[in-house]
Amino acid sequence: MKSLTKAYRPISWPMLGAGGDTGSWRVHRPVVDVQKCTKCQFCWAYCPEAVIDRHEIIIDYRYCKGCGVCAVECPTGAISMEKEE
Amino acid sequence: MKTAQVIMATGANAAAQAVKYARVDVVPGYPITPQTSIMEYMASMVENDELNARFIPVEGEHSAMAAAVAASAAGARVFTATSSNGLLYMHEVLHMASGGRLPVVMCNVNRGIFAPWTLWSDHQDSMAQRDTGWIQYHCSSNQEVFNTILQAYRVAEQINIPIMVNFDGFAISHCLMPLTLPPQEDIDQFLPPHKPEWRLDPANPSSFSNVTMAAEYAPFRQMLSDDIIASIPLVKQAAQEYKEATGMWDGDTIDTYRLEDAEVVAFAINSMAAELKLSVDILREQGIKAGLLRPRLYLPFPAEDIIAALPQNAQVMVLDRNYNFGHPGGILASELKSVLFGRRNDITVKNRVMGIGGIDLTRRFMAAEIRAMMDE
Amino acid sequence: MTTSIKQLPDTEQVLSGNGACGGCPATMALRIVGKALGPNAIMLLTPSCSVASMGMTPKLGYNWPGINITFATAGSSASGITHALEIMKEKGRLEGELPTVFSWVGDGGTYDIGFQALSAAAERNDNIIHFCYNNEAYSNTGVQRSGATPRGSFTTTTPTGKRQPKKNMALLMLEHNIPYVATATVAYPGDLYDKVVKAKNIPGMKYIEILAPCYLGWQFDMSDTVQMSRAAVRSGAWLLWEAENGKITFNNPTSLIINGKKAAEPVDEYVKKQGRFNRLLKGADSAERIAEIQGDIDREIAFMRERAKITI
Repeated sequence: MKSLTKAYRPISWPMLGAGGDTGSWRVHRPVVDVQKCTKCQFCWAYCPEAVIDRHEIIIDYRYCKGCGVCAVECPTGAISMEKEE
Repeated sequence: MKTAQVIMATGANAAAQAVKYARVDVVPGYPITPQTSIMEYMASMVENDELNARFIPVEGEHSAMAAAVAASAAGARVFTATSSNGLLYMHEVLHMASGGRLPVVMCNVNRGIFAPWTLWSDHQDSMAQRDTGWIQYHCSSNQEVFNTILQAYRVAEQINIPIMVNFDGFAISHCLMPLTLPPQEDIDQFLPPHKPEWRLDPANPSSFSNVTMAAEYAPFRQMLSDDIIASIPLVKQAAQEYKEATGMWDGDTIDTYRLEDAEVVAFAINSMAAELKLSVDILREQGIKAGLLRPRLYLPFPAEDIIAALPQNAQVMVLDRNYNFGHPGGILASELKSVLFGRRNDITVKNRVMGIGGIDLTRRFMAAEIRAMMDE
Repeated sequence: MTTSIKQLPDTEQVLSGNGACGGCPATMALRIVGKALGPNAIMLLTPSCSVASMGMTPKLGYNWPGINITFATAGSSASGITHALEIMKEKGRLEGELPTVFSWVGDGGTYDIGFQALSAAAERNDNIIHFCYNNEAYSNTGVQRSGATPRGSFTTTTPTGKRQPKKNMALLMLEHNIPYVATATVAYPGDLYDKVVKAKNIPGMKYIEILAPCYLGWQFDMSDTVQMSRAAVRSGAWLLWEAENGKITFNNPTSLIINGKKAAEPVDEYVKKQGRFNRLLKGADSAERIAEIQGDIDREIAFMRERAKITI
């Protein structure tokens, strides 16, 4: 006899958005001023959410929670936090 | 062709020999009387290269079960053993093994529980783990301990439910009896290598036991409950195939003795049930049609087999070596009554608690008790 | 030389859109750990923020196989996995390089309920890395006192500020004679990365503790998480050090403080930035209580300076 429960073991699988579309949590949105950006990658390194492309400094707003660490850590002030509509 | 070998062995040695025959991979262990000698055997078997396994000398039983559960999740065949308060200390992690559907096999060497301290056997420890989602066997001889551990691996790995193999402290764990060791090849055929369908594997990453919402939690629990009951045919099949492989038989879900025409049925588990066979003989000599029904499998409670086996109009004398606190008498009696209710109204159930904290249960004492119960 | 930010690998083991709070320092640290460990690793968690963050069944926000084990057993469970992998490899059932087995556990699961099993795993020198991400409280259950909570800090179970100092957990682990112990914090990702790479390549028990300033528990703006981590190090409230085979070395900027090349910043600055010390600052005895906190830090710096001189 085969166990009926094999599909029922409490298993989880890796995926983006395991917590949902976490961008909807955002109150302030980080906006990058490409003129000021020196591509030092500090924002990428400190981002807890892994939503910043380290080369293009493009932010994935679907998941960015808007914590603002990138804006505070940016040495040239190239990231500003703008209130979400 | 190799033949079986017979040695003199304690129950603890019998358990260790079975673990060796099962080619177990990881054995976390922690000492507690009367289980300690199993862990001593395991440690020396590993040290002496008799068993190619890892012995992990953990710092407590809670960790022993945690290491066993985690090693099982990594894909290993695991074993550990404990007794009494050690089993109680594991309680939380026992749920992890069953809820995680991990086929851990463990021996519990029955011993009464604190307070006050006692070293000797009763069944309060394993009975207190009734609701942890484990399958529980209870054994009445050293040979049965050996045989049952091997059957337990077979069943556990088929249905992904952990199994506790219980036997009495001292009466079994420390007493020498002849032990038949079948050829390893026969056991290898009976118990194939453990190939879990899921394990912690970086090539195919998945995690186990995230927080789970009720809509998914409830079905997990329902399936565990259903599957524990669904293990009964597997238990029977394992006993049957083990018999075909080795010629040895201890009963499947139940074991009976002179039961067919019995009017008075002794109902008990573990070593006292072996002694009760002699009590039955004494009662038969006295002209009482006595018999024995021993649930070898305590959980899942083999309801259908018990209902089918009990003779018409029998008086069943349940001898409990535990207390069912908050109710009169013992736990086995409650279990039996709930099974018979509405199904076998012809049966009378009587109950006594005895042998608590290791009080010796002799054939004459138990025969006299059964006799006295008949008049109640 | 410490690895620079630009030299950190691309590997992402923490997946975007997980359940962590915005600005979570644990997730921030775990990302760097992931870059050092890579995908060939098995993760153990005990109840903590990172379990709440990882997503609910059947969704997982980390790209590792993982097991959520009972709270007290990170040490013994990790031992079970590492022994299982080693014996299965010996028996020919596993091939290739064995995965790194690591625990990712909070300060409660390390300092308090998990201490016994962790101590035993260290004494056995089992081949695992234990990470303690230390946010100095039971943040996941709403910020209660732990053995890592510093003196003076408000938690929901120390409503007038904790009266006892925290224990030096990393030093306790060092005294188990394990081959590698390190402390780190999120403001210094290169330092953390290097320590994890080092630990990964050392057999036996490794312990790495990461100070993780939790804006919710410490009560500051979430965008200041890294700032707070930096302030902790600059004030000497958190010391960066590592010990290979028992020999302690301090890492920058802690080494400058230890060597006396740079004074630690007065703790008031660090304390005043955090709401968790608010009640204490408002009390009539605020000067004494800040002096107590400063005393704890001064003592720890002096003690570690001397302890590092013992190299036998």
